[in-house]
Amino acid sequence: MNALSLWLFVFGGLFLNTSWILGGAADGGWFSYVPNAGVDYSPGHGIDFFAIGLLITGIASTVSAVNLTVTVLNMRAPGMTLMKMPVFTWMVFVVQLLLVFALPVITVALILLVCDRLFGANFFDVTAGADPLLWQHLFWIFGHPEVYIIVLPAFGIVSEIIPVFSRKPIFGYPFMVFSGIAIGFMGWGVWAHHMFVSGIGPVSVAAFSLATMFIAVPTGVKILNWLGTMWGGRIEFTTAMKYAISLVAMFTIGGLSGVSHSIAPADTQQTDTYYIVGHFHYTIFGGGVLGFFGGLYFWWPKVFGYKLSEKIGGWNFWLVLIGFNLTFAPMHVLGLQGMSRRIYTYDEGLGFDMWNMVATIGAYVLAVGMLLFLWNIYWSTKRRHQQPPVGPDPWDGRSLEWMLPSPVPEHNFDEVPTIERLDDFWYRKYSVDADGRVSRLAAAEEVAQKGDAQNVHLPSPSYWPIALSATMPIIGYGLIYNLGLLALGILALLVCIFGWVLEPSTEPGGHGHDDHGDHDGDSPADAAAAPANEEAPVG
Amino acid sequence: MAEHATALADHDVHDDHEGHVTSTGISNEKLAMWVFLGSDCLLFGALISTYMLVRRNVGDGPGPEEIFDIPFTSVSSFVLLMSSLTIVLAITALQRGDVARNRLWLGATAMLGSVFIAGQVYEFTSFVREGLGYTTSQFSSGFYTLTGFHGVHVSLGIVMLVVLLVLSLRGQLGQDKAEAVEIVGLYWHFVDIVWILIFAVVYLIP
Repeated sequence: MNALSLWLFVFGGLFLNTSWILGGAADGGWFSYVPNAGVDYSPGHGIDFFAIGLLITGIASTVSAVNLTVTVLNMRAPGMTLMKMPVFTWMVFVVQLLLVFALPVITVALILLVCDRLFGANFFDVTAGADPLLWQHLFWIFGHPEVYIIVLPAFGIVSEIIPVFSRKPIFGYPFMVFSGIAIGFMGWGVWAHHMFVSGIGPVSVAAFSLATMFIAVPTGVKILNWLGTMWGGRIEFTTAMKYAISLVAMFTIGGLSGVSHSIAPADTQQTDTYYIVGHFHYTIFGGGVLGFFGGLYFWWPKVFGYKLSEKIGGWNFWLVLIGFNLTFAPMHVLGLQGMSRRIYTYDEGLGFDMWNMVATIGAYVLAVGMLLFLWNIYWSTKRRHQQPPVGPDPWDGRSLEWMLPSPVPEHNFDEVPTIERLDDFWYRKYSVDADGRVSRLAAAEEVAQKGDAQNVHLPSPSYWPIALSATMPIIGYGLIYNLGLLALGILALLVCIFGWVLEPSTEPGGHGHDDHGDHDGDSPADAAAAPANEEAPVG
Repeated sequence: MAEHATALADHDVHDDHEGHVTSTGISNEKLAMWVFLGSDCLLFGALISTYMLVRRNVGDGPGPEEIFDIPFTSVSSFVLLMSSLTIVLAITALQRGDVARNRLWLGATAMLGSVFIAGQVYEFTSFVREGLGYTTSQFSSGFYTLTGFHGVHVSLGIVMLVVLLVLSLRGQLGQDKAEAVEIVGLYWHFVDIVWILIFAVVYLIP
């Protein structure tokens, strides 16, 4: 299933991008409001490619979300109860549930759009009595959970980085977990705050205003807990930590400007202005991208076996942070002055000139910062053999992945550890006495596993996932250009399903028969979990 | 300490009947199917809501009262519901180790599903002949898309049943694999339950 979701994603993306050479890209904006995205106002095939490409990648995301949900629920190590899981794992789990339930809604919306555009259905045809709000509702029921799908993993990453570099356990772990779940739940109840000016009526506006105010509460809890974790800690300002701290600060700004949208009269003023553009960049960039960069610096040695340069990392961080603020902070001012979004030019003398110039300079600074990150990868990769080996635990980490050699061997754990508490790995290295004094029990190298197990069974590789995924673009082109091609694609799809399911397996007990085909590819943890079976005595 | 840990492990970990250890006690495949069905609920939820929104807009074309043949559709609904019974018989047969009966009931389920699909094809063609094309009105687009989507789900279920039959004929579907049939059964029941909902919403509610 891992392979299937990856290849579906690749082929869906390729399909989407072929629209550049086959008659132009989608021209409906990212939310493709109808009737603007209908065939009357967008006669090219751009939107068709957009919709079908998204459908294919949507299948990929659903497959992967089902896969990860089951992995978290079912494949935990012995003793790893849900409330001992790292916050990152928790947040990813919440995101998978959001994906499982949000994707079908956008799937339906896109299918209706495709039916309208290619087969002349009347879902969005206002002259046939259509309600133009249908698309907006379906889109935002998916679209608002989607922003939490982007930002919650970054919250999880930061919740791992900050404790490690503050030398303290995370402050208020249960609050951290439950606020994440609360954000996940409430994310479903705020979609219509994107539609305050669409004429949805005062009751709806009031309800969604309230929900939007409430969702700020769990987010505030998270920010408080990150600050509480750092409070009194011995903070090490590595690049990963700088990114994590900057996320806390920048997301607070983005969150505060977000709460201002819950005041419906103000939101009416702000809708479709640069204020919104400023706001969502502070959440998506300040909350998402900064966290992802922190995660890259943090886990890079674990994945590749060498660290990225901290010196270049510092430059990279400061340029990105300054460039980001120069670019997007002025947009708040511009928006309040009345500059609307989606325009490529404006008249002189409207008072927009100065702040737009600042934003332009900021964008260049940001670009240089980003390029420095690529340079850092190049530079550090070239010098990776001159560094001392990083060992299993370069940052004195807390969670279990630091128990494995870097880079992690293909079979991951030699022997599945039995978990007794949160931050189990840290407590194998240190003990804390009644006064809170920390003393070292063992060096990381003594606790860590060697990664030399030979008898771990890995799932047998298969070509069918690639073949199956490759049929998807054929079906897509068939829908757009030629129904014969469509039939061919569906036939090929059926062949691939049968081929995959009936493929002889090397593992005697490992044949899946449901619509997802072969479950052998689920996860190496499946095979690795088998020895644990013998360790747990019955009775 | 170690004793404490194994006691914990014993408490949290249950064996499923295939011998893999899972944290919830439900096998991975079955849990995956449940999660997928949860996702599918939202898919049909969105489709049914869309239909409810558009069903009054019949334009110049025929409306639901003029075109639906409720006795006919009731019969095909009955056929589909009976297939839920036959798949349960297939599951229990395999759990007893009765491979021959299992094949018989799997085949019967696939057959009943095909009859339902054939009925849908007949229904669609006769509607088109009576002037309800896909593009006629909002109502027609909504109707064909909703019921067509359900038809695609049933067809996918038939594909799964045929896969199981082929595996069985190759001798690869023994008593130890009864859960595979059970998982397909979950999907099949879900599709049936959705049809009850669609039948009520589309055909019966005036």
